[in-house]
Amino acid sequence: MQRHVSLYGLTFSLPLLIWQLLFFVFPLAFLVALSFWTVKNFAMRPDFDTVNWVTMFSRPVFWQAYGTTFALAGGAALLTSVLAFPCSYAIAFKLSDTARRWAVFLMVIPFFTSYLVRVYSWQIFLSDNGIFNVMLGWIGLGPFGMLNTVGATMVGYLTLSFPLVVLLQLFSLVFIDRTLIEAAHNMRCGRLRTVFEVVIPSARVGLTIAALFCFILTFGDFVSPVYLGGGDPTTLSILITDTTKSGQQWPRAAVIALTMIATLLVVAFLAVRFAYKGRSK
Amino acid sequence: MSQISGQELNRNRVVDWALMVYIVLAYAFVFAPIAASFVFSFNSDRFPSIPLGDFSLEWYRAVAADPLVWQGLTNTLVIGVVVGVVSTALGFGAAYTDYRYKFMGKQVYLALALLPPTIPVIILGLAMLAYLSRIDLSGRAISVIISHVVVCAPFAMAIIRLRLSQMDPALEPAAWNLGASEWATMRHVIIPFTKPAIFGALFITMAVSFDEFAVAWFVSGLNETLPVKVLGFLQGQVSPRINAIGTFVFVTSMTLVILAQILLSGRTAAPRSSTVDKE
Repeated sequence: MQRHVSLYGLTFSLPLLIWQLLFFVFPLAFLVALSFWTVKNFAMRPDFDTVNWVTMFSRPVFWQAYGTTFALAGGAALLTSVLAFPCSYAIAFKLSDTARRWAVFLMVIPFFTSYLVRVYSWQIFLSDNGIFNVMLGWIGLGPFGMLNTVGATMVGYLTLSFPLVVLLQLFSLVFIDRTLIEAAHNMRCGRLRTVFEVVIPSARVGLTIAALFCFILTFGDFVSPVYLGGGDPTTLSILITDTTKSGQQWPRAAVIALTMIATLLVVAFLAVRFAYKGRSK
Repeated sequence: MSQISGQELNRNRVVDWALMVYIVLAYAFVFAPIAASFVFSFNSDRFPSIPLGDFSLEWYRAVAADPLVWQGLTNTLVIGVVVGVVSTALGFGAAYTDYRYKFMGKQVYLALALLPPTIPVIILGLAMLAYLSRIDLSGRAISVIISHVVVCAPFAMAIIRLRLSQMDPALEPAAWNLGASEWATMRHVIIPFTKPAIFGALFITMAVSFDEFAVAWFVSGLNETLPVKVLGFLQGQVSPRINAIGTFVFVTSMTLVILAQILLSGRTAAPRSSTVDKE
């Protein structure tokens, strides 16, 4: 480890620093400035006016969208975690090493398929004449209106986050000390009780982080709420795209974006604190 | 005692069986949309459902006949390659910096290097659009490249950093002691050792850029990439052309990922790394 600054060292460390300052930090900082600009006659003007904040925060539509988005993302984090857990648990404890490696490899594949294409594919399953309704028709049920519902949005959210949540949960489960589980069994701790009192507490960090990532992903996603949920109820991400793409109301979109970032920071902080609570002993 | 363990074994089998079924269902859920997109890309019906229509390549033909799709594909490929090279170079530098140096503010440096993928793409897209149009760089291919590098460089850094941590820390000082300059050591020791990770990072970042649609949608203007084109298809009249494009993109991305996987699994790795793996 050397201390002094050398041309050699800077050649490797500076490019990324400069790039991320110029094209990551500055854009986000500019977003803050932009939220105080004003719009007159469809043209933005540099200004320092809180009008955008006041306008957005006094609109019931905004708070409704906020509540909806928060509830949907929270629901998705919970649902995905609960649905993913038995899967990660089984992969971690019931599969052979070879099978586990294959399971992980298969779970990585979805990351390299287009999310848009998968959402379109779900439309084929869920639409009124879609695969599910045809199959239900065979046993004399339906058709049910499945597309453009909150349930369909959830299917989209699961498509987006399920593989990631499984991988993150799995990562913490495989590192659990197996002797702890054997000890619990030896002391006649029931199977389910072992899961809840030994496995889940031991993997708490990973499980919380997994749920947090699911929350972050779904909180900002606009594809599922629009193309599976039908755009109703409105989420913050829909509000941002509408505000940005129609007209020059970028400063208001900036207000929404900053509110989202603030929310995510608070949630992330609370989640990390919960994850590591009482772990420093 | 043996009776109890026998019962437990029995119960075990039921639980295990149920869990196996659950795994299969979970993978079915994950792969259903991917498989359906593949199957329906060869299906003649305009509104795809079951029972399947005839086998047909008409969606591929429709896609191939659309000049905008070709333009989107060209944009995507050019952007992907440039993003891959730039992100990997930047990521390599950051990974090496983290591996070798300690300095004040390193935490901040690492946060900058790793944080961008956790910012929702829609917010990043808006910020990029506002900022880049301010400095007159929006609506071009370069705008997409700039934004994608921001998102992709952290992946490259993580992959290469992982490889560097498998290297014997004494290797670099040993080369210096033998009289090699820092630059020569970089060229003859560090880069050869990290080569599989460098190519792995190159392919992974290309694949990420290849699929990214949200930021690209905000900043690309008329220079649409293929995923932005797909978003356009979704917004307009729904058409199975999406399946044809999706299948094509899937095959391309998977080729990149499998190439990366082969490189990263380290067939070219030095014997030293295999001993590290075992530890």
